[in-house]
Amino acid sequence: MSAVTVPRPRFQLYVLGPLLALFVLIALGAWLNPNFLSYGNITNVLARSAFIGIIAVGMTFVITSGGIDLSVGSMAAFIAGLMILSMNALLPHMGAGVPVILMGVLVAACAGLLAGWLNGFLIAKVGIEPFIVTLGTMGIYRSLVTWLADGGTLSLDFGLRGLYRPVYYGGIFGIAWPIIVFAIVAILGEIVMRQTAFGRHVAAIGANEQVARYSAVKVPRVRIATYALLGLLVGLATIMYVPRLGSASGSTGVLWELEAIAAVIIGGTVLKGGYGRVWGTVVGVLILSLIDNILNLASIVSPYLNGTIQGVIVILAVVLQREKKAADAR
Amino acid sequence: MTEPVLAIRKVSRLFGPVQVLFDVDFDLRPGEVHALIGENGAGKSTTMKILAGYLAPSAGEVLLDGQPVHFPSSREAEAAGIVMIHQEFNLATPLTVEENIFLGRELKRGPFLDRRAMQAESRRLLERLHCAVDPGARVSSLSVPNRQMVEIAKALGLKARVLIMDEPTAVLTHRETDTLLEQVDRLRRAGTAILYTSHKLDEVARIADRVTVLRDGRRVMTVPAKGLTEDRMAEAMVGRELSDLFPPKGTPAAEPVLEVTNLTVPGFVRDASFTLRRGEVLGFAGLVGSGRTELMEGIVGLRPATGEVRMAGRALPHGSVAAARAAGLVYLTEDRKEKGLLLGKSLTENLTLLALDRFGRVLIDKAAEERALTQAISDFDIRAGDRGIIAGSLSGGNQQKLLLAKTMLAEPQVVIIDEPTRGIDVGTKQQIYGFIARLAAEGRSVIVVSSELPEVIGVANRIVVMSAGRIAGEVEGPAITEENIVRLAMGLNHRKASA
Repeated sequence: MSAVTVPRPRFQLYVLGPLLALFVLIALGAWLNPNFLSYGNITNVLARSAFIGIIAVGMTFVITSGGIDLSVGSMAAFIAGLMILSMNALLPHMGAGVPVILMGVLVAACAGLLAGWLNGFLIAKVGIEPFIVTLGTMGIYRSLVTWLADGGTLSLDFGLRGLYRPVYYGGIFGIAWPIIVFAIVAILGEIVMRQTAFGRHVAAIGANEQVARYSAVKVPRVRIATYALLGLLVGLATIMYVPRLGSASGSTGVLWELEAIAAVIIGGTVLKGGYGRVWGTVVGVLILSLIDNILNLASIVSPYLNGTIQGVIVILAVVLQREKKAADAR
Repeated sequence: MTEPVLAIRKVSRLFGPVQVLFDVDFDLRPGEVHALIGENGAGKSTTMKILAGYLAPSAGEVLLDGQPVHFPSSREAEAAGIVMIHQEFNLATPLTVEENIFLGRELKRGPFLDRRAMQAESRRLLERLHCAVDPGARVSSLSVPNRQMVEIAKALGLKARVLIMDEPTAVLTHRETDTLLEQVDRLRRAGTAILYTSHKLDEVARIADRVTVLRDGRRVMTVPAKGLTEDRMAEAMVGRELSDLFPPKGTPAAEPVLEVTNLTVPGFVRDASFTLRRGEVLGFAGLVGSGRTELMEGIVGLRPATGEVRMAGRALPHGSVAAARAAGLVYLTEDRKEKGLLLGKSLTENLTLLALDRFGRVLIDKAAEERALTQAISDFDIRAGDRGIIAGSLSGGNQQKLLLAKTMLAEPQVVIIDEPTRGIDVGTKQQIYGFIARLAAEGRSVIVVSSELPEVIGVANRIVVMSAGRIAGEVEGPAITEENIVRLAMGLNHRKASA
């Protein structure tokens, strides 16, 4: 067969689809409730979506490399628990001050990195399916945090809460910290995915691991790096999350993994791997939280149906992906 | 003369704006083998797909028993007795042989599968092919030639009147090819009409009754095979005289570049030792399964191995492709679709994957990548209609050139090329031999692993022959003859020496 060129259609639904959906949602929200576009509401929506958003950026890399991580929700809960316990334990020795909080941040970052690395090690070196490994660690972290909290809730000492609170509630130039952190993570993530050898290698492994191996790509190392990066970002999300409530329990972060995966898929990353885009994931996260927000603001549809609508959107996104594949196959 | 069973008249086909077939006529008569030959991209695949109902013609008609027909899909064509055997097998590898042969038309007793009848029928079909495969074996456990036999058995089970075979011998050894050609002959005598394509023109001369040559989507000629020489076929395909397929050989320096000592790849290769000199083209011959590919993969670190590999005097660590590449040693795989190229990715991304560290330290320099692609397209004569296409839509020959370009971008001192011209037409083959000679002339060293004897003989200064996982011997200079190589490959000299 000779090389067949297909003239690209000017409008590509699978590229612009998520963006279009986002604009439609924003227009809908503004039309239903005048408060929707208010500063307070927008800040609220963006700040709440920051946790899932930061995690979803990491998830984009894992999924692009052909993997999956189901453990991120429990991991976040476990890290939150560890962080609170270690800060409470250090409080009597170091006194209520910024150093204690910095130690907590360090614990969270290290725990996340280690937990992610462990997932990656079991997957890339021991050779167990990602689904199985992370299903296992999902159960392990969930039960560990419940055990640490003895079935109840772990609370950050009141002496520290006031000090730590601004990390979630404060901000600069009127923009809340979680939003700033999310934006930085997303921009860096997009650059790493699009412009660096690591991003290229991640996509190559997801497209065809054999080809990557034969092209001198260090496949196990890159794979582990994607999970470790995700773990680190889970740690970062936890650092932003703990000051919000100042507590952690067995029900912290439940279903975060599904929301993160859904955001990645809605954003146009291919679930089987080989192609991923971080900006799409950001759009996916925003779509999911706007739906939630609109249902709460407008009383046409019960907020209880939130999950139903999100589910329909995820499935729709995959149908659109298939159209992309059909277009490629022509 | 018998009437054709299946024919196409004045068929054209467009893909988007690109026309790949122009008013092609072709017919198949019962009891004949009609060979369809042409360079990659000449339109053979498209012609076959139109005959087998996979594609509809853009203009012209398909005639079955003289009546115009329209097959909405290959299923209707199969029901009419037209079966195509693809180059890439359509077998479900986790299933057994029997399950594959009866896939989609399982025999039943009431609501249950009639295993026994299917087993018996599968066994009967395989016996007709002299194939000793157990119907209960999983296809994933079969060798490539045996999978080919299962494909043919499946076609026989469909009671094909017309059999369309797309390069059935591309992956077979000499002996397996012989068996296959016997079967083709038997089917022909039973009255089956057979369309046969192959890049191996000696086979075509041996089996075909008629030959049709396509070039650039047009039919050049349809002639009886009798009296048609291979040279004449090649010329008709390329449209010019092919004087020297192989460029003149250079003279290698004495200095060794790559030294392999007692390399053992568990299960495949034992105690292989050889050296490669600067500017040398070293051939590796042997039967399929003699361990050549495994040896090479062991050398570059793609397989676990013991023993020593030295590049320019320095020992390489085991199991690191990256270290081998950094030392200037690269391997170009025989399996370009599964191991060589990311078929769904752009040409640029494929081109620079191996040498990505040369394009920027932190951020990738995309402009440099584009320049590299421009350079590669001109250096290796890669014919892509549009630079923006994905690698999978290049023709086989151009994919191979892209893979070569990708490998050479790493600026290696030693290149190991495994089956450099598998599934590639004569014109592109000549170009690739030219590239190999040019590399050697530039002072690099090349190892060529090939199952085609004329090819290794034509390009190599020296030939190492492998047999059953061992290096059986080496031939050089005037000792390079087919006979010497075959004797070594069959293990004859070895036995003589030990007796």
